[in-house]
Amino acid sequence: MPLPADFADLEPYADWALATEPERYARRLASSMADMQAFYDAAFLRLEDAIAYCDKFPLDSLPDDAVTLMHLMQSLVMVSFPVEVWKQARVPDSGAAYLDVIAEPVVG
Amino acid sequence: MPHFAKPAEGSWTAHYPALGTAPIDYNDSIDPAYYEKERVAVFRRSWLNVGRTERIPRTGNYFTKELVFAGTSVVVVRGPDAKVRAFYNICRHRGNKLVWNDFPNEETSGTCRQFTCKYHAWRYDLTGKLTFVQQEGEFFDLDKADYGLKEVACEVWEGFIFINLDPQQTLEEYLGPMVRGIAGYPFHEMTEVYSYRAEIGSNWKLFIDAFAEFYHAPVLHQKQAVKEEADKLIGFGFEALHYELDGPHSMVSSWGGMAPPKDINMVKPIERVLRSGLFGPWDPPDIEGLDALPPSVNPAQSRSWGIDSFVIYPNFMLLVWAPGWYLTYHYWPTAVNKHVFEASLYFVPPRNARERLAQELAAVTFKEYALQDGNTLEATQTMIASRAVTEFPLCDQEILLRHLHKVTHDRVKEYENAAAR
Repeated sequence: MPLPADFADLEPYADWALATEPERYARRLASSMADMQAFYDAAFLRLEDAIAYCDKFPLDSLPDDAVTLMHLMQSLVMVSFPVEVWKQARVPDSGAAYLDVIAEPVVG
Repeated sequence: MPHFAKPAEGSWTAHYPALGTAPIDYNDSIDPAYYEKERVAVFRRSWLNVGRTERIPRTGNYFTKELVFAGTSVVVVRGPDAKVRAFYNICRHRGNKLVWNDFPNEETSGTCRQFTCKYHAWRYDLTGKLTFVQQEGEFFDLDKADYGLKEVACEVWEGFIFINLDPQQTLEEYLGPMVRGIAGYPFHEMTEVYSYRAEIGSNWKLFIDAFAEFYHAPVLHQKQAVKEEADKLIGFGFEALHYELDGPHSMVSSWGGMAPPKDINMVKPIERVLRSGLFGPWDPPDIEGLDALPPSVNPAQSRSWGIDSFVIYPNFMLLVWAPGWYLTYHYWPTAVNKHVFEASLYFVPPRNARERLAQELAAVTFKEYALQDGNTLEATQTMIASRAVTEFPLCDQEILLRHLHKVTHDRVKEYENAAAR
């Protein structure tokens, strides 16, 4: 599903629109810092606009394009630690530790 | 010079003199023989939380729980009378595991009108009664009333479901006044759940140790704050507002100035926009019950209160956060040096995208921290097991650890003494 027309500038990053945490986390681990930085820079600028757009609708009945936008912004949250803090995809000092999501609310 | 007042005895630890102040012997976390005793003396006889009633809101909703420490499995189900019951997950005919999907050792959940064994189709209703036997006439003097599912003690407190394989007292008695003093907190409003699971290569007590003290926080997690803030936190160290022990249970109450922060520049850019972070969304949800808190929450009645962390013995932790959400941890031992760790974050359901993303950031941040915490444990386990060093000094801010190991030691000792008689 495409992004809302007002968010055409984020189309190059549309493949970050991932519905679940395991998908978003796997994408983060598989991405370079350059890719995450580019996505972060573009999406962070539009975060407030995205919230304003989605908040025109009830959260439990978002139109499809708003769902896509929400999934994109959830990925922005996912890459925020690597970009703002870690400067790497993995959590430092986390070695082989893992923590799987076994239940989560999914938007859409 | 302490930043927060301590008890008249001079320290929290001295306030509970039975604890002593000597270094702690961590043989209890590496000795396989000790673990064997712990499985019976602690885990079979304690009330164990297996989740929330919201997970099985309607008649026929059920979930299974693998209890590796007891080599068994239970099924927890909501009956037609709305009562929550627990049964050993075993068919009375020839012992097949009753409820499972594809892999018998994996937990499952769902909804059903009755339980039907996959093997010979014996059927049980939701209260455990045997209702159907395939080719019943082939059996000899079989009275179905004698072959209901074997029930496990199961009680509910404030929406938390507890089971006990060998109860020594009622759940209310077991929980005691301190834990019961949390009653009334609006847990039932917080139904937006994020759950996590990991297998951890350490004794179950070592992970409780890690989460029952905040002394490590400014050090292990220093990279998570912006640099100036991290330097300030490490210089300040950690002191709790209050500690309390009650029977086998304990709690630490801590300040928390990050929700919202005093200075917006202390936090990362995305936290500034989403108004959320490790301490949860900064703006409290619009529900009843957060203004006047129950007596056991924020017991010091401090204005800088941020979080209360309860250890509900043996393996359940409940964390109540000032901005109005809560977190649970469970540690399920699977061997002396292994356990399954579960964590769940509970929020009031978000009303809009802004609240939803604030919760998303809190959940993502939780995982970043927990991965650091989890990873130190396997290394700790390995080194303790080397027996190069066997005794470890615990400071006053680690009183809950001292208590956890002492309570466990006392229960194992009592079990040994009873066995010797």
